[in-house]
This record gives sequence, structure tokens and C-alpha cells, in this order.
Amino acid sequence: MKWLRTIATETFGLFVDDGAFAVAILAWLIVAGVVLPHVGTTAAVKGPILFAGLAVILIESATRRARK
Amino acid sequence: MGTFDLTWSHAGPSALAGFLAALVEFVEALTVILAVGSVRGWRDALAGAGAALAVLLALVLVLGSALTRIPLDAIQLVVGALLLLFGLRWLRKAILRAAGIIPLHDEAVAFEKETAAMRKLGGGSGGLDRVAFGAAFQITMLEGVEVVFIVIAIGAGGTGLLLPTSLGALAALLLVVILGIAVHKPLANVPENALKFVVGVLLSAFGTFWIGEGIGLDWPGADWSILGLIAGFLLVAWLSVPLCRRQVAQRFSAAGE
Repeated sequence: MKWLRTIATETFGLFVDDGAFAVAILAWLIVAGVVLPHVGTTAAVKGPILFAGLAVILIESATRRARK
Repeated sequence: MGTFDLTWSHAGPSALAGFLAALVEFVEALTVILAVGSVRGWRDALAGAGAALAVLLALVLVLGSALTRIPLDAIQLVVGALLLLFGLRWLRKAILRAAGIIPLHDEAVAFEKETAAMRKLGGGSGGLDRVAFGAAFQITMLEGVEVVFIVIAIGAGGTGLLLPTSLGALAALLLVVILGIAVHKPLANVPENALKFVVGVLLSAFGTFWIGEGIGLDWPGADWSILGLIAGFLLVAWLSVPLCRRQVAQRFSAAGE
């Protein structure tokens, strides 16, 4: 069973090495998925809003790691 | 929504992502295979690597064709989220490496370490050298699984994308094999972090685009907005490097006070 655990750990490691970073990405995707389609703003702005949230999460996570 | 025409805005970046991701991963695998082959013999090292490549190819063929049968909107959400987790993780790591916060991967050091480890295990018998076969199989699988994920994930995001992404990855494999045979030592001069930086940007752009499509957003410029997302992530990552460096400098100056 050790090899199964190794495969599971390696697969998980493909997507997550900083838990808070991964959780923030998923949380933003859920919020964006629920809220953005119903917001009354111009359709062309919604995609850039999705991108902006991810950009903020990336910068925050990298600079937080740099401060450690 | 749901319909998808293959355009250069998709096929070009997908082939590039497949090529660069595979180049990074196979360069790392080559280092270990060279160490295993030079210490324990080439026959079993190459057999191990070849067996792993066959498994990886089968995975692409089976999973790739199976995923194309799932409705595009549903798969774009799942694949988009996974691509974002994977791509942003690579991009974050590349930013931290470029800023000097975490060390760069050194192929020459990895080669020395692996060579020493192989020597410690003693010589193989006349039959199959399980250590050599196993080590070459394991490293090719470990590095190759990331390539397979990228190829399948990008290939599943739109009709006709599996082929350009697979061709990109195969071209990288061919290039690494040719360079490995010609140079016969680890490819330490490949700018691995710069490549990871670019792959992280491409995967993050694809992931964001597909998530947007999956939740029903209209992208300005339709498919061409992928190029805008690539430019956006590149700019954000490029600006993050000096920001991270400044955080480290502030930390050190605060510690020195």
C-alpha cells in the first residue's frame, strides 16, 4: 500500500504545495463562479475581474512567502 | 458556448505549453537516466525509461480520448481549476526562484547525487538490473506524469487541442533524447526556471480562460483573449519578482536593526 500512498502524495503535490494558496484560488473560483454571472456589469469586464482576483492571490502568496 | 473552433490562438500556445513543459521535465529525467546508465549500464536504464514512456503514451491515448466525450462546459470547469492550481503553483515557484528566495534546480548537482546513490547500491547481476530499470522507470514516470497531465488537460479543454499539445511534448522528448545522445551529460545550461516561468504563465492563462468559459463569461475578443491573459500573467509574474526581492531586503534590514 506504500506505493499507492506515494502515488496519491505525488498527484496531490502536482496541484498543491502551499495549502493557503490553493485554498485561496479555489475560494476565488467559487465566488467568481457564483457571483460574476449575476453581476449587472458589462459582460466584457467579467473576464478581466476573474483574472484580477487570481493576479492578486498570486502576488499576495509570493510576497507572503518572501517575508517568511 | 460549447462549440469551439481550433484557432492559432489556442493551438499555438497549447503546442508551446506542451513543448516547454515536456522540455523541463524530460531534462530532469535525463539527468537521472544518465546517472543510472553511466554507473549501472545502459541496457536496463534505457529499458526502464522506455517502459515508462510506453505507459505514459498509453495514458495520453486512453484518458485523452475518454475526456473528449465529456461535455465541454463541464470539463472546462474541472480542467480549468486543475490547470490553474498546477500553473499558478509553477508560476509562484518560478517567481520565488527568480527572486532568489528558493534555490534553482541544478542538474549537475542532481547528477552527482544520483551517481553517488547508484554506486552505493552495488553492481547488478548478469540478468535484469532491477535497480537500474526501477530508477529509470520511476524518474521517467514521475516527471512524465506532469507532462501527461498538461497534455491531457489542455487537450481536453477544446476540440482538436490534444494533437498540437501532444506534438509539442513529443518534439521536446525527441530534442532531449537527441541532445542526451550528443552531449552525453546533464543539460545543465537549459534555463529551467525561465521555461517554468513561461509554462506557468501559459497554463494559468488557459485555466483562467476555460474557467471563464465554463461559468458562462464572455471574454472580450473571444478566443484571442487567451493572448491577453498570457500577457497579463506574464506582467504580473514579472512585477512580482522585484516585489518579492524587496520583501526579503526589508526582512533582512529589519533583522539587522
